[in-house]
Amino acid sequence: MRLLSFASRNRKELLRDPLNLAFGIGFPLVVLLLLSAIQANIPVSLFTIEKLAPGIAVFGLSFIALFSGIVIAKDRTTSFLMRLFASPLSASDFLLGYTLPLLPMAILQGIVCFIASFFLGLPMNADVLLALVVLIPPAMLFIGIGLLAGSLLTDKQVGGICGALLTNVSAWLSGTWFDLNLVGGAFKRIAYALPFAHAVDATKAAITGNYASILPHLWWVIGYAAVIMVIAVVVFKTKMNSDS
Amino acid sequence: MNAIATTGLTKKYGKQIAVNSLNLAIEQGTCFALLGVNGAGKTTTIKMLSCLTKPTGGDAMILGKSILSEPQAVKAITNVSPQETAVAPNLTVRENLELIASIYGSTVKAARQKTTRMIEDFHLAGVERRKSKTLSGGWQRRLSIAMALISEPQILFLDEPTLGLDVLARRELWSIIEQLKGKVTIILTTHYLEEAQALSDRIGVMAHGELKAIGTAAELIAGTSATTFEDAFIALATGSEACA
Repeated sequence: MRLLSFASRNRKELLRDPLNLAFGIGFPLVVLLLLSAIQANIPVSLFTIEKLAPGIAVFGLSFIALFSGIVIAKDRTTSFLMRLFASPLSASDFLLGYTLPLLPMAILQGIVCFIASFFLGLPMNADVLLALVVLIPPAMLFIGIGLLAGSLLTDKQVGGICGALLTNVSAWLSGTWFDLNLVGGAFKRIAYALPFAHAVDATKAAITGNYASILPHLWWVIGYAAVIMVIAVVVFKTKMNSDS
Repeated sequence: MNAIATTGLTKKYGKQIAVNSLNLAIEQGTCFALLGVNGAGKTTTIKMLSCLTKPTGGDAMILGKSILSEPQAVKAITNVSPQETAVAPNLTVRENLELIASIYGSTVKAARQKTTRMIEDFHLAGVERRKSKTLSGGWQRRLSIAMALISEPQILFLDEPTLGLDVLARRELWSIIEQLKGKVTIILTTHYLEEAQALSDRIGVMAHGELKAIGTAAELIAGTSATTFEDAFIALATGSEACA
């Protein structure tokens, strides 16, 4: 009951902020439509919908880090978290309460992205459902980043780091805006040492029915998500027991 | 019976001593005011007693429960109204109250009933459906205090509760505190000396992390040979002779 009440509060805080909806769902859709329009007018296949939809789905998830980080940071800076720390809520109530509402939001983002992609020519088949499942580890990765950022930074800093830096870095290094093979070299090596390109490639593999290629990419994302989540939990618990 | 009994309660931040070996007993059902200039150790004391920060030394028993070994049990019977307003911004007034009631273990039905009662007691009916972020500072503070009371705590910590309230709202809160006396043990920190005098059964004056004196307002005046309570407070807080 305690956990559900707290999770419900966090869901309301997230969904009632129009900026969250605008950036989380609206902005990725605009980018999807824009790049599809560009593709329609160029002779090379740079933004075909099978490549673009997985990239935009992962790009949309990066805003989840921003949402979760801002909610936690605001709770900290307004003393609301102090009030909750003085209540019988346990550490696990806090962590699950902040995490649970974000997962359905992330899946909803994916659904909206793929529905829009159907209108742009993405084949409507069961592989899209598989792609939604594949998006869960990247969603957990971004939720963990948000939890970590919200535990350490102010809401303004979260806005800068997760809103500007993370969304851009994760998009540039994901291979969504351009094929990483075109750049190659150190850029490509860095991109594939990080989880974002793997998240896009795993989703791409799912959507194109290339099942054997899913897990080799997804393990990278799962590994990063697990490490980030553990760090976030440790930092949050430390903050909970600290004097600040 | 003592609601609170501290023995050698100490808090150090590095080499700086925020609270030094505090020995304090507060009788159940009374209102106890903790006075002191900024940095005297009042808020740190409240944070330790409400299990928000761990003491460096000593212990405190809250209705027989140790803040060190039974923090969850202590949290279930206490509640805090922090110095800064602590409300969930995108939740309505009613939702804020229901959230805190359910976090402290009320069922959905009980939370609704308690909320209705608090809305009546605090005259919040006119703003019941408004998001708390749209309320003025005074209304937010009123809501913040109502949120501290909705869990029906046996011990209530009010950290500068009337800061930012206008005269009428302040008098209204005084009246609520008066009604609670006898049923709830209230620990109040305030900078308004007349507030401490009007509301509290006993007053403790802290300076430099130490409890300098404890007693009724009359006892403190007599003990410092002062003519007014303000003079007595200044004498105790600064360690100077009272003005005759």
